Amino acid sequence: MARRIFPIALWPGLIAAALVAALSFGTLVAVALRAESFSALSEFDWMAVRFTVAQALLSAFLSVAFAIPAARALARRSFPGRGVLITLLGAPFILPTIVAILGLTAVFGQSGFVSKLLLWAGLEPISIYGFHGVILAHVFYNLPLATRLLLQGWGAIPAERFRLASSLHFGPSEVFRHIERPMLKEIIPGAFTVIFLICTTSFAVALTFGGGPKATTVELAIYEAFRYDFNLGKASLLALVQVVICALAVAASLKFRVPQMGAGGLNRVVQRFDAMTLRTRVVDLFWIVAVSLFLLMPLLAIALRGAAGMADLPASIWGAALRSIATALGSAALAILLSLALALSAMRWRGLEIIGMSSIAASPLVMGTGLYIVLFALTDPADWALPITALVNAVMSMPFILRALGPALAGAERDYGRLANSLGVTGLNRLRLILLPRLRVAMGFSAGLAAALSMGDLGVIALFARPEAATLPLQIYRLMGSYRIDQAMGAALLLLGLSLGLFYIFDRWGKHRA
Amino acid sequence: MKYGLTLAAMLAATSASAETLTVYAPDYFASEWGPGPAIKAAFEAQCDCELEYVTGDVLPRLRLEGARTKADVAIGINVDAMKQARETGLFAPHDVDLSPLTMPIEWTDETFLPFDWSFAAFVYDNTKITNPPTSFEELVNSEEDWKIAIQDPRTSSSGLTLVLWGHEVFGDDVEEAWAKLAPKVTTVTKGWSEAYGMFTDGQVDMVLSYTVSPAYHIIAEEDETKSAALFDEGHYMSVELTAKLAGTDQPELADAFMNFVLSPAFQEIIPTANWSYPAALPKEQWPDAFSQLNYPEKAILLGEDEAAALRDEAIAEWRAAFSR
Repeated sequence: MARRIFPIALWPGLIAAALVAALSFGTLVAVALRAESFSALSEFDWMAVRFTVAQALLSAFLSVAFAIPAARALARRSFPGRGVLITLLGAPFILPTIVAILGLTAVFGQSGFVSKLLLWAGLEPISIYGFHGVILAHVFYNLPLATRLLLQGWGAIPAERFRLASSLHFGPSEVFRHIERPMLKEIIPGAFTVIFLICTTSFAVALTFGGGPKATTVELAIYEAFRYDFNLGKASLLALVQVVICALAVAASLKFRVPQMGAGGLNRVVQRFDAMTLRTRVVDLFWIVAVSLFLLMPLLAIALRGAAGMADLPASIWGAALRSIATALGSAALAILLSLALALSAMRWRGLEIIGMSSIAASPLVMGTGLYIVLFALTDPADWALPITALVNAVMSMPFILRALGPALAGAERDYGRLANSLGVTGLNRLRLILLPRLRVAMGFSAGLAAALSMGDLGVIALFARPEAATLPLQIYRLMGSYRIDQAMGAALLLLGLSLGLFYIFDRWGKHRA
Repeated sequence: MKYGLTLAAMLAATSASAETLTVYAPDYFASEWGPGPAIKAAFEAQCDCELEYVTGDVLPRLRLEGARTKADVAIGINVDAMKQARETGLFAPHDVDLSPLTMPIEWTDETFLPFDWSFAAFVYDNTKITNPPTSFEELVNSEEDWKIAIQDPRTSSSGLTLVLWGHEVFGDDVEEAWAKLAPKVTTVTKGWSEAYGMFTDGQVDMVLSYTVSPAYHIIAEEDETKSAALFDEGHYMSVELTAKLAGTDQPELADAFMNFVLSPAFQEIIPTANWSYPAALPKEQWPDAFSQLNYPEKAILLGEDEAAALRDEAIAEWRAAFSR
């Protein structure tokens, strides 16, 4: 295997891993060191742990389960507007919490669109609040990510294989067994784990749609411990529990993942002769329509709600938008550099990938607080608000990027590694000539994702920013907090448009073939 | 780009007047839609200094920074965190004459100075609810199918106000009262904004907010469809405090600011910028929409020791009833 004589230096990956570890675990240590006392976790805390794990497992399972037919349908159908639809379907993933809450309730709430439709048809309205509401909201958030990751998997299957399959007269089930299933086996464990991890740090969404204190997650308990009791010991203990859960999940996913057998292809547009039957067409149509309705209706509600407020946005919104874009671009560049370095080294040391994934396990509040403690000891944290936000957002998006870059890199190395070795192409040349051209699609997607995630993130900026140096999400929360909900929703629509725009540009760059 | 902005911010901060008063304030207070900018301008007009806000969760941040903090004054500490704030030992007595105070309760504290206050209340859409409850008892026992959004007492101060209020009204029967209220509560949110957003979007008929909330809609939006339900048992107060840091390196400016807090120049900004009642301004001088609004007759506020001692118990009662 190429891994044994992998010809690219390890040190950049080690530096990236050290940085991620410092942010994920170093900040936790910084908070723990400032704690005055440590008390054991209460019965309520363990209830929160159980609830967190249960909802995250089910949310991840359903997100991936629905993503499989949806991604397959999108992968093998071409229709006008497909590219735009795929971009739009990614939007829920980057919505600020409060905007997603209002969008979802406008559609699925007790006075929402669906309930009104049911009432009109003489049926009972639905209730979104309860355990099922938490799951629904989390699937709304994460189905787009799962779909995109799987869509990449389908895109990575060389067209030649489908041609070979059709010349062998494979039906849909044979194609699934011999071509698609091996790909799914490689992608699904990672996608499942990433979504599981995102759901473990959920807080405001879980509480709102859970309908009450039964829906208490670990992150809420951390917030309570920090904000009200200033019990840093308890906050760091809870954060540690969260890290342990996540470490177990990542370890399990690495164990389950089955690397694919390699064979190079020419990456032509896939024509699927196996999927021409009426039945598969109907099935695909069903999934594309169902997923589009589910994901786009709340977005439409947000757009309609925001359109009115767009007209009288306060002037300061534009400055905030510029700051957000600058931060997002910085974050995307950092995220790609760090992820690429880490992914390259992880081809030799798989353990590094676990570290790369760890930022998602970290409690955002504990990470921000730890950073604040460290920076306060050295300088004025407010001076570093935007660079720190860019760095933290970059590291936070690495788990997703590694999911996209990792398989693409492994594929390129598997297909061309031996050839490159025999030609003696190593080091930077290997990266530039052999690997990067093969990674372009994944990198475009990754940069877009990192930029969009950074745009929508409130995270650490709230702990650090000066009042006049706010980002767009922070301004949205401030507008919400001072009754200006129309303007807040207008600003949210602007945020949504900018995030999707950034994502679309990067993603298109990746797909544009020279 | 971002370094450029940061650099610009640093230059702006250092090139101005040498005398700077650093005020730690909550986000909503210092943002352009809060009272912060007007208060900054009014104070700078009389102090020959610069006032700089640092925003965030005031008390947790001060506790993180400890004695090394560069804060001179902290504003926006909620009365429910007063005991914890006092126990940090970070604050110094204020020396301000308290006679201008016009709050419905007596206030004699020597360290924490109230600058505004509110009554917690359930705000409803008066086009949907024509028979609002006139007592907490009625809200809880009513057969009406009201949909209500409240805030979680573990994550928001308005939520905490609710459980203390309930505890005062229902005493030993509070758990039973919460159990009766629970089916009417559509959802519990992390903070005020989420719940209030759901209310203005028509997802719920009633929301836990403040008696002054309707004034915002009347003054800023000319919308008279929002009302606060007034309860016979009285309303729990929420008081916001300001205090001087013991370790301030600008003691004179800090004292000047503390005295400024109760002056009309400061107090007149409060109602329509912070949407709350000013702590030291006679009712006759409130904006019209404020004095027109009906006004609770009885104020409830537990002392700091009592409130602190009761907090965990009151939250546990609420939690048990709402988890059924």
